[in-house]
Amino acid sequence: MNQLAHPTIRKFDAIIVGAGGAGLRAAIQLSESGLKTAVISKVFPTRSHTVAAQGGVAASLGNSEEDSWQWHMYDTVKGSDWLGDQDAIEFMCRKANEVVVELEHYGMPFDRLENGKIYQRPFGGHMSNFGEKPVRRACAAADRTGHAMLHAMYQRNVRANTQFFVEWMALDLIRDIDGQVLGVTAMEMETGEVVIFQAKATLFATGGAGRIYYSSTNAFINTGDGLGMAARAGIPLEDMEFWQFHPTGVAGAGVLITEGVRGEGGILRNSTGERFMERYAPNAKDLASRDVVSRAMATEIKEGRGCGPDKDYLLLDLTHLDPKTIMQRLPGIREISLQFAGTDPIKESIPVVPTCHYMMGGIPTNYHGQVVVTKDGRHDAVVPGFYAAGECACASVHGANRLGTNSLLDLLVFGKSAGESMVSDIKAMPAAHKELPQDGSDLARSRLARLENQQSGANVHEVQLAMRRVMQDHCGVFRFPDMLAQGVTKILEVEKQVMVTEIRDKSQVFNTARLEALELDNLIEVAKATMVSAEARRESRGAQAREDFPDRDDANWLKHTLWHREGNRLDFKPVQMKPLSVDSIELKKRVY
Amino acid sequence: MTDAARLNRLRWHSRRGLLELDLVLERFWLRHGETLDEGQAEALEQVLALEENDLWDIICARQGIGDSRLQGMIELLREP
Repeated sequence: MNQLAHPTIRKFDAIIVGAGGAGLRAAIQLSESGLKTAVISKVFPTRSHTVAAQGGVAASLGNSEEDSWQWHMYDTVKGSDWLGDQDAIEFMCRKANEVVVELEHYGMPFDRLENGKIYQRPFGGHMSNFGEKPVRRACAAADRTGHAMLHAMYQRNVRANTQFFVEWMALDLIRDIDGQVLGVTAMEMETGEVVIFQAKATLFATGGAGRIYYSSTNAFINTGDGLGMAARAGIPLEDMEFWQFHPTGVAGAGVLITEGVRGEGGILRNSTGERFMERYAPNAKDLASRDVVSRAMATEIKEGRGCGPDKDYLLLDLTHLDPKTIMQRLPGIREISLQFAGTDPIKESIPVVPTCHYMMGGIPTNYHGQVVVTKDGRHDAVVPGFYAAGECACASVHGANRLGTNSLLDLLVFGKSAGESMVSDIKAMPAAHKELPQDGSDLARSRLARLENQQSGANVHEVQLAMRRVMQDHCGVFRFPDMLAQGVTKILEVEKQVMVTEIRDKSQVFNTARLEALELDNLIEVAKATMVSAEARRESRGAQAREDFPDRDDANWLKHTLWHREGNRLDFKPVQMKPLSVDSIELKKRVY
Repeated sequence: MTDAARLNRLRWHSRRGLLELDLVLERFWLRHGETLDEGQAEALEQVLALEENDLWDIICARQGIGDSRLQGMIELLREP
């Protein structure tokens, strides 16, 4: 691997890592400004995980009935359980109409009303008049909103001459002695060649990291690469204890069984056959809200009433329903159950488990998409040259819990604002690139060399499975103090195994074994950050539900966690309660 | 590109944006990865070039696949 000693250097004005919604939106901004822009992606852009988003994108267009960004802002702050930063939330909700209309002009085939305006549908948590009654705010393109969005933005980028490096994996961030970010090292999968991408501005838009959990709705590519790279480069990770879970993913697979199944009469049962939701929610029973159902399921499993040889899942029973109902109203569910659970729901129950869906935390940014850290007592010190947007970033608009359809809005608004910041920051810089540090590629190089030379090491798949099990068992949807404390010890033991992973295949062309080992290096950083932050936060807020501290504790915990890789330690920063132009949305109990 | 390299590339192209497809393809490689012949590799390459939602709809039989030569590959992917 002599080539590693003197890697090729490619220079751009801007580089973007990740070609999902946030990366593509930022790239439009940069390329259309005439800047030389490269986008690096593990997979072809339209195969990014944004493609899985079905629900829609929130914008208070008011096409069907009165709506306003202030009401949307209120719903978002309330959804976040008051942990979201109100300046960023105001910014996002005010910008929503603009970015949705822009997207329409890029050719996004939104569903339409008869009068030609964008059709809007109701969605959980979307309310008018500060929480009074439901409002139609979600804009969608049938059930393919994410897919259509990626296509529209990819085409726009092709037109704007964005340069795509598809099937490249970014390895590590390059920072100089002043802390300025000067690009990344990346590996071309087809050749195994390692190249330095030098840039005046670097954006991470690498998406989520749901693969840290055993049960996850996330595609296999969601390995938190941006978070791993940021953590290794000394950037803290914010609010990593907050992960949104869905109560019913197929056990062992993660594929979602929609809430509609319980709406049609599906019943959750434990190992004794008991309809346990009657004990937890006597009125709503199986139709109680997501968090109530998820907590009840986690409690049943923890108390030994789970099903199967490991007592680690519950059963969703549809067998009492008329087969016609299942065939006609829930055909997709039957297919999912046949494919991934190996059961026909007409005859047998579906094994289900609370399943990780979305990461609220991430790389700390301001609402301009600039990465910020704590310096000289201030919490908003910009890291020069470094930006983040989309699920990998924490602006923080989702706080402790994300409002439905705000994820697509997040990537449009903050993809755009990060792109705008990059354009203006680059224009203010000298024409020549800043000199790269001598040791710029050392970190990536040493990781590859370690992997190349490791002997008698650990199997990547086994270590990955151990990590996912520890996260699921110890830091799932409902959190118990003893399990969290053990979880911290266990995840550090898993980390020791990650440090000695070994691959047998040393070939250069599309070596998936090497790629998976490199991805695991990133996942473990996310897993540690999540476990340590969850153990430390002694309250329940939004998606963090603790058995020992069942209530929100604003006196002690109205603050963001910041996890640092060095020393595996936490510090904190205050929540921004002051919006940009309107009055603060005052604290109150979050009830629906 | 060697045969091994070509197969490795197909394995990477089996990483998708939808979890459903990841799982179907992971199962396929476990069952058939060692015995894939030239014709099947060719068919898989074409199937993997399909869009995410289209491929999932085809596997679920909600949509047909235009090219009948690929039907055999779809059947293999569909095996529960």
